Parts: sequence; structure tokens; C-alpha cells
Amino acid sequence: MNLLEKLDAAAAARKALLPDGVGAFGIPIEEVYSATEARIGDRRVLLLGTNNYLGLTFAPECIRAAHEAIDKEGTGTTGSRMANGSYFGHRALEREFADFYQCSSGIVFTTGYQANLGTISGLVGPGDTVLIDGDSHASIYDGCILSGADIIRFKHNDMVDMEKRLRRLGDRVETTLIIAEGIYSMLGDQAPLAEIVKLKNTYGGTLLIDEAHSLGVLGETGQGLVEKTGLLQEVDFITGTFSKSLCSIGGYCVSNHPQLEQLRYVSHPYIFTASPSPATIASTRAALELLRKGSHLRKQLWRNCTQLYAQLKEAGYTLGPDPGPVIAAMLDTPQQALLLWQNLLEHNIYVNLILPPAAPEGRSLVRCSVNAAHTKEQIQYVGDTFAKLHSLVCG
Amino acid sequence: MTESNYDEIMMLLCDRLSSLTNSNVQITSETNLISQLSIDSIKLLNLIMEIEDTFDVSIPINALTDIQTVRELADLVHKIKSAS
Repeated sequence: MNLLEKLDAAAAARKALLPDGVGAFGIPIEEVYSATEARIGDRRVLLLGTNNYLGLTFAPECIRAAHEAIDKEGTGTTGSRMANGSYFGHRALEREFADFYQCSSGIVFTTGYQANLGTISGLVGPGDTVLIDGDSHASIYDGCILSGADIIRFKHNDMVDMEKRLRRLGDRVETTLIIAEGIYSMLGDQAPLAEIVKLKNTYGGTLLIDEAHSLGVLGETGQGLVEKTGLLQEVDFITGTFSKSLCSIGGYCVSNHPQLEQLRYVSHPYIFTASPSPATIASTRAALELLRKGSHLRKQLWRNCTQLYAQLKEAGYTLGPDPGPVIAAMLDTPQQALLLWQNLLEHNIYVNLILPPAAPEGRSLVRCSVNAAHTKEQIQYVGDTFAKLHSLVCG
Repeated sequence: MTESNYDEIMMLLCDRLSSLTNSNVQITSETNLISQLSIDSIKLLNLIMEIEDTFDVSIPINALTDIQTVRELADLVHKIKSAS
């Protein structure tokens, strides 16, 4: 089989799951009306499949900041952070992230994906070990692969399994990076951080927490799981993204270890790419300020999450263990998941469809992402529609 | 790690693969995991976790990329067990 035939085989496998005409992946969004509504085809739909957790995509402060940055600094930096791409805004945002997490330094990356890729591959290399949760995001897996370190997985959120693997590492734990996530993107559950920290303190190792989905969502000021659990000082490195609660694109890593600065000289995903545009940096800075004082947004978000989680559970769907902004209905087969997804769209609700092998353990998921801008009535309608479709899909 | 341990690994692998794939293919050390048993990545990772617990070792998932046959998998487990 040549290279192109391999792609044909992959396309055939995809078509077997999704017949022609079913555009669940990469669905075209024609117009965006607000943080909660858009047009898909000729339908005005409710957006329940975005990562816009605080609903800030149209925040006037962020839009104004982006406009001003374009007017003053142009549309792009046209260069790497290593060369000409470190403007005042990039450096200011790094200081603001470090201050937010009470850390000595921070680094801004061009995407959240690159934040994990660049941090992990900068910290570990061949001969070292990464110990990761089995449900880790692709950016963590890819960062580990890029690093050349030995990749050892523990069963998702299973602390007995994690301890077994730490014990087996013996002296190698000294050069081991342990990685977990604040909120996992597939089922929306949280890492048992207190137990992870306890194991790390018993056996050793360096701990990195990815707060991509938990930034803005957990903790009084929105730092994430580290704040919710009061364990900020126990974590060595924190990564995250701008593309969810901060409504732009980019990523960060913060730490109290002065060695973080060395990543700027060894991390290829940091060096060999253009830096974020001035408008991106400006809107992110404005959004970070709103996030820090956004406890009212978090309260509204959690009201919405709790309401939808309860409605879906009552309707009989199997859900992830924790209520939160990511609420995934687990279906037995890809066909059931596709049927539910299509019917929701026909009821003007857009959610995410996740089929094997993308979902953990071969599951099929219909995933909702709730945000603070959804009204009580919108959430009620989504919950009612899921309930109405339950017997059609699962009956 | 002795010869008998290696045989033990090989026997366990053949036994588990046989029940896991439920296929009519006679499993030998040269059986190809992908082309002959059509074992997918999820099944392979579950099998690896079982082997890890049986022999109290951790097998890096990036060490599996070069594994094609039952013998190669047995060699990898044996090598890691010997070094532990």
C-alpha cells in the first residue's frame, strides 16, 4: 500500500462511520451571532459545542483592545519570539500570567497545543520518563513523543495504578515528569490532585498540571484546579490555553522554577514559529483581567452546568462522574451517537460528536460545552430536547 | 531473568492473544499482531496493562511502535523485566 492508498483506506474507514453528507466534523459555521448562537446552513443554532466557558467572545473590552492593537502594531509580528516577535504585549502578558499564579516567571506560546508540546519536550528528553494519565489530551501525547522520553500511562484517574507505576520506576523517578489535567476534555472529570501530590511527595518526580479546560472555571479567581484544591505551591509547572475561557488563541506555562526561562532556548515549538499577533495578545490580556474578577461569570457558568448535568442524568443518559462545563453523554455505539447528534442539530442545537478512536476506551460521545452566557431557558431547552430524544436513540 | 521466565512470557502472550482475538489463527512466536490477528490499539494497550501487572513492569508505549510479532513483544517484556 503506497502513501496515498493509506489515506484512501483511512478515508474509507471514516466514511463507514459517517456517510457522505453528514458533516459532523469540521461543520461549516456561516455566521456567528453571539457567544451562544450561530448559523449552520439555514439554521439558527444554539452553540453547545464551543469552549467559550465564560462567554467572553464578544466582550467589548477584548474587542476594543484587539482593535487598538491592530491600529498601533499591525496585523502580525512576522517573526519568532526568539527573533523579532517579542513585543511589549507578549512580555506584559507573561508577567501577568506569572502574577496571576503567584509564580516567578511565565512563557507565552503561539497555541495551547504548542504550550504542551514546547514545555514537555523542553523539560524531558531521551532517557527520561513521562508518567501520564491515559486520557491525556493529544497535545500531551505529542509533546511526550517529540521529547523522546519513555512514555508510561496510568489508568485514567486511578491512583492505585499510578502508585504502582511510580514504585516500578525506582531511581528513574528523579528524571520523571508526571502530567495530569485540571479538567479532562472528553468526560469533563477532574484529576484527583490531592492524591497525585501525595504520591509525588512520597516517590518524587516533577509535576505538571494542564489547566486548559479548568482555567476560568475552577477556583475563586479562576486559576483552575490548583486553586480549587489549594495546591498551587505543590505543582512545578502549569500549562494552559487562551482558546477556551480567554476566547483567543495561544498558550502559557508558568512556574517558580527559574529553569523555566531556559525553555526559550531549547523548546522548538516556542522558537520555530511566529509569535501570537498583537491583536491576539491584547484581547487575551483584557480577557485575563475579566477572568480574574469574573466570579459572577463562574457562578453563572456553574448554575448552567449543574442544571444541564441534572437534566441529562434524569433523562437517563450515562454521563461523566463530575458535573462541569464539559458534559458528555456516553452512547453504546457510534451509530447511536450519530443519530443523537443529527437529531439535536435538527432541533437547532450544535454539540460535539466524538467517535472511536478519539474517545477513551472506544466509547462514542455526544459532548456539550456549557458557558456562562447561556440563559436558563436555553439550557432548559437543550435538556428537554435531550430527554425527548432518549427513547429514539437508546430505546 | 532465566530462559524459563522467557517461556512463561511467551506462553502467557499466546494464551491471552488467543482469547482476546477469538480467531482461528494458530498463534506462534512469529504471528503478526496487526496483519494476522487484526488487534487494534485499544486491545493491545489493554493486553499490555495485563502483562505489566503480571510481571510487575511498566512498558513505555513508545517502545511498542516497532513491535510486529508475538516474539518481538515477548523480547521487549523480557528485556524490561531483566533490567528491573
